[in-house]
Amino acid sequence: MVLFDVPGKLNMTGQIRFVLDGEVRELRGVAPTMTVLQWLRDDARRCGTKEGCAEGDCGACTVAIGERRGVDDMRYRAVNSCILFMPMLDGKELVTVESLKHEGRLHPVQRAMVECHGSQCGFCTPGFVMSLFTLYHSGKEPQRETVDDVLAGNLCRCTGYRPIIEAAQRMREYGAKDQFHRRAAATARQLAAIERRDTLALEKDGQRYFAPANLEEFTACFEQYPEAALVGGATDIGLWVTKRHQRPETQIYTGDIAELRRLKIGDDCIEIGGAASLGDVFDALLAEFADFGEILRRFGSVQVRNVATLGGNIANASPIGDIAPLLLALDAALLLRRNRETRLLPIDEFFLAYRKTALRNSEFIDAIRIPRARSGLKFRAYKISKRFDQDISAVCGAFALQLDGSRIAEIRMGFGGMAAVPKRAANAEAALIGEAWNEASARAAMRAIERDFEPMTDMRASAPYRLKLARNLLLKFFLETSNQPGATRVIRRDMAA
Amino acid sequence: MTVPRTSGSEDMLRAVRRPVPHDSAEKHVSGEAIYIDDIPEPRALLHAYIRSSDIAHGRIKKLDLAPTRAQPGVAAALAAADLPTGHNDIGPGFAGDPVFAEQIVEYAGQSVFAVAAETREQARAAAMQAVVEYEELPAILTIEEALAQDAQVLPTVTLMRGDADKSIAKAPRRISGRLAIGGQDHFYLEGQIAMAVPGEDGDMLVYSSTQHPSEIQHHVAHILGLDANGVTVETRRMGGGFGGKETQGALFAVVAALLAQKTGRPVKLRPDRDDDMILTGKRHDFIADYVVGFDEEGRIHGVDFMLASRCGMSPDLSGPVNDRAIFHADNAYFLPHVRIVSHRSKTHTVSNTAFRGFGGPQGMMVIEYAIDEIARTLGIDPLTVRKRNLYGKRDRNVTPYTMKVEDNILAKIIGELERTSEYWQRRKAITAWNATSPFLKRGLALTPVKFGIAFTATHFNQAGALLLVYTDGSLKLNHGGTEMGQGLNTKVAQIVADEFGLDFEDVKITPTTTGKVPNTSATAASSGTDLNGRASLIAARTIKERLIKFAAAHFHVAPGKIVFANREVSIGGEKMAFVELVNLAYKARVSLSATGYFATPKVAYDPTTMRGRPFLYFAYGAAASEVLVDTLTGEYKVERVDLLHDVGKSINPAIDMGQIEGGFIQGMGWLTSEELYWDAKGRLQTHAPSTYKIPACSDLPRQFNARIADWSRNREDVVYRSKAVGEPPLMLAISVFHAIKDAIAAVGQYQISPQLDAPATPERVLNAIDALRLRLGDHLPAREAAE
Ligand code: FES
Ligand code: FES
Repeated sequence: MVLFDVPGKLNMTGQIRFVLDGEVRELRGVAPTMTVLQWLRDDARRCGTKEGCAEGDCGACTVAIGERRGVDDMRYRAVNSCILFMPMLDGKELVTVESLKHEGRLHPVQRAMVECHGSQCGFCTPGFVMSLFTLYHSGKEPQRETVDDVLAGNLCRCTGYRPIIEAAQRMREYGAKDQFHRRAAATARQLAAIERRDTLALEKDGQRYFAPANLEEFTACFEQYPEAALVGGATDIGLWVTKRHQRPETQIYTGDIAELRRLKIGDDCIEIGGAASLGDVFDALLAEFADFGEILRRFGSVQVRNVATLGGNIANASPIGDIAPLLLALDAALLLRRNRETRLLPIDEFFLAYRKTALRNSEFIDAIRIPRARSGLKFRAYKISKRFDQDISAVCGAFALQLDGSRIAEIRMGFGGMAAVPKRAANAEAALIGEAWNEASARAAMRAIERDFEPMTDMRASAPYRLKLARNLLLKFFLETSNQPGATRVIRRDMAA
Repeated sequence: MTVPRTSGSEDMLRAVRRPVPHDSAEKHVSGEAIYIDDIPEPRALLHAYIRSSDIAHGRIKKLDLAPTRAQPGVAAALAAADLPTGHNDIGPGFAGDPVFAEQIVEYAGQSVFAVAAETREQARAAAMQAVVEYEELPAILTIEEALAQDAQVLPTVTLMRGDADKSIAKAPRRISGRLAIGGQDHFYLEGQIAMAVPGEDGDMLVYSSTQHPSEIQHHVAHILGLDANGVTVETRRMGGGFGGKETQGALFAVVAALLAQKTGRPVKLRPDRDDDMILTGKRHDFIADYVVGFDEEGRIHGVDFMLASRCGMSPDLSGPVNDRAIFHADNAYFLPHVRIVSHRSKTHTVSNTAFRGFGGPQGMMVIEYAIDEIARTLGIDPLTVRKRNLYGKRDRNVTPYTMKVEDNILAKIIGELERTSEYWQRRKAITAWNATSPFLKRGLALTPVKFGIAFTATHFNQAGALLLVYTDGSLKLNHGGTEMGQGLNTKVAQIVADEFGLDFEDVKITPTTTGKVPNTSATAASSGTDLNGRASLIAARTIKERLIKFAAAHFHVAPGKIVFANREVSIGGEKMAFVELVNLAYKARVSLSATGYFATPKVAYDPTTMRGRPFLYFAYGAAASEVLVDTLTGEYKVERVDLLHDVGKSINPAIDMGQIEGGFIQGMGWLTSEELYWDAKGRLQTHAPSTYKIPACSDLPRQFNARIADWSRNREDVVYRSKAVGEPPLMLAISVFHAIKDAIAAVGQYQISPQLDAPATPERVLNAIDALRLRLGDHLPAREAAE
């Protein structure tokens, strides 16, 4: 069968397996682009999970995904089921709002929401309950910052959030352990039993889906289908399906490939696998570059971060992606790979034109290498948007500066939202190299930066505002790195961390 | 029948005044609450899709649905020419809203035709196959263009008192300017949806997510050619409404019903979020020109306001919305001489509609902006100027529309909030802090709200209820109001339970249906509880009186000795369970069902002169907000908010608090991050949460102290002396806008008043800052840095 003519071990059963309410579900013949939300509402008739937007921005569809942690423990992450494809459930536990009641009694999270008056129209509520469920299981203290972060991807139009935050802070009063804690070991064993070591291969109505279990099978598969869409978290490809009504013919899911989810902190650089989720690398990057962490936090909600990949954000070459500007400033390099050949490409050379990259046929981002923070390196990044959380930037600007005595030895500035591609501010950088780092040089660079960009006007910001921001962010960077008096941030960085 | 008083003994209340959770709360949190899309789908259900215009204004040159009809799964496709009765208008009151465009399309997003197919995806795909060709016509896209071309959906309305021109000319000082106020999408989490199920005799059952089932019933009957008694509209709950489902649900319900009639099969129509936002109306954006004469104290002598709103392509509810803007352009202040000219501009954009506040917020924005300008011109704290202009108790207490402000409690509310929010101490601290902070600036503002309660269209101020008592002692209640999250059913159940001395849980409220209570008004104008609570109480009183009469005769006890309390009835000191008495009454053949009907007294005004008493009473509140602004980027954070709001004597403090807090945050979104953006062709570009930003969790101020003015009591005889609470708190958010303006003013050491339009996005804030700096001669930002 030509369809599955790829080397390696193929799982030809055409079925996916996952755990739901303590039972292993085996499904055959699911369309590769059927979303978990569609399956829940249309096939499983579990209508508690709601659709509010079908684009991963409102959280009404939030469900929890359980994964094995060691042999006898579980961890739960919130995801948006509206842009999660069914095959991605393979080998996982799915928890929906209907799963929470136990022996006819409300879960502590649900009880808290009732007692704190956390629902009005109730339509957002199942999503909030599921996000809070993952917080409940994370063991994290529900300080305001943590709750804000956990709930950033859940919109409520009725309550104004205050009672929901209170519910988050009080939920453990209604029970510190739930049935999921109690059956964690059993669930972990169930998951171990359905773990797949071969490549899942599905085909339906002309759509193909592969989920390779290791790098070798992945590269072979990608050779065979160079036009395939690589899917990490489907936070982008999910939108092709729900918004543009497109159906990618072939998808290769990268989330099961441990090698591509690696995180290595070396002496010189941090190496991040191309399919690592933002959630996977969040802590490491926050520890290394505080602002990198803060941008990642604001880049997307927890639901998005849990699945969206760094590699995906770079490879789709969006002019408004928030990761690329940071990597440009930090002088990162991409390890690109095609089968066994690899090459290292400076990130500056990766973005060629609007949504066009240097990736060749069957080539993919194996890893991203970010140089470690050298001593004396000053790094800052700023994301400007209408709303702080879960909003796409009008402008994202990142700056890295290395002084040699009082002179500027090196300065790199990466911007998103300013051009058709994420781009460095070459003129502004040139204006500064070798200069002293003072207000006069900063102001000269602010003038130079106007020659670097011709941004556009759209619903997020006008061109003049974008240009003003680029200039002012440079000024802000100067202020923050030259011991000027006066605070410069409305969100304190200690709050972000 | 006389209207029962509700001033029974307070300490006997079992349900009323308690913070009982929403009656659906347990279902909400468990996912068991059923919204229309969750109803088990009937056999042979079809799914519908509406194809809308992608141009703002044009003539339909060609419309060929044959390719659509030939697509797999398609059961029917309908356009204007296919309508069964020839009726094609679902405008509320005024015509202008066709189900399907006839020859002309008047906004990008206007319904042109609809398809029903086996699946939603098939219906959408098939709709895309139709041939639609337009001849584009010049489009009016902005209020300014409409004003220039004199394009209006309804005639201009003017409200005058005294001699505005003369008083302004003679006043010691004057200011003038223009303010632009943005619109707002409702962004109810549950989008529009309807499901129509055909029955025998051609009858139609329509499940609709609507605030106004009776109007949907009327439209479906009219368009389909049925009698009203052949159409039943049912609404269990909405996943949010906010005014967006007052008239806007009609299109979806009517189209689903048309396709169901055509195919004889049930049809569901659920636009996705993008289509919902593109097809449906929003809050009106306004521009306002103001000229105000005042004295050195900041007291207003006269105002001359020109209000112009973007109504869109049809009148819809724009008449009463703009009337309410006029009625609130005084907010809390006595304006001796007044001219308010209100233009209802026609544009080739979606027809704007009801949205929580219904024009009131925009009217209030104008006077609050003017007051802020007065204060900054005089160098007096804006709060002082606000207080000096408040309506008086004995004099200066008549509104421009001649209604007397009888229950003014604002001075007390403001005084209390000044203290609890420590306004003056913080004002000092902030001014001092700003002097030390070159790049970040803090701002503080305290603003009041006075909001009129009643439908301005007097005949809507009526309601009905149907109460059934069963022999097991349980009660089932229907009323004309709809539940959209505001807790109406909860409050009404509390009221009815207390009438019988029962628990809240003993009363079950079932879906709103036109089959039980006829000719209802929209659940709107904050009046849901005032109207339906009272109608339900009247129904309960009727049955109770029958029970008392029966018991008095049966037990030979004076009626006055019969008391319902603690789920028991005390009959001359002998107690029996409520259910026991009900059983005895049943056996004695006493009717155990009753209707209740209520019409609001007192309200009446003349829409031609804009004079009279449009409102039964006012609800009051005040808010103090503090923000921190980044003067390099225009970003800001709302750091602290103190609210004090008047709900009369609360029936349910938890539910009222939910309305106060939720309304405030929604209002904050309107004035801050929620920006509607149309491209040059008049196509909405912000039609999903990825581009349209309502407040998120972290936008809730770190310090957020909302309180109910628990000493307040409605002086009008409103049920349990409570006050309506749905809309008024939204306008408390005007304080956030003015706090931002205050922070910007700090950039110029409070010497120049910044000019800021709404919504105050970071871009507008930075532009206001830069304009201020330019006037100060400081061309580059933050020159202080060098010092
Ligand atoms: S439905 Fe809105 S995030 Fe999924
Ligand atoms: S309760 Fe209505 S959207 Fe949250």
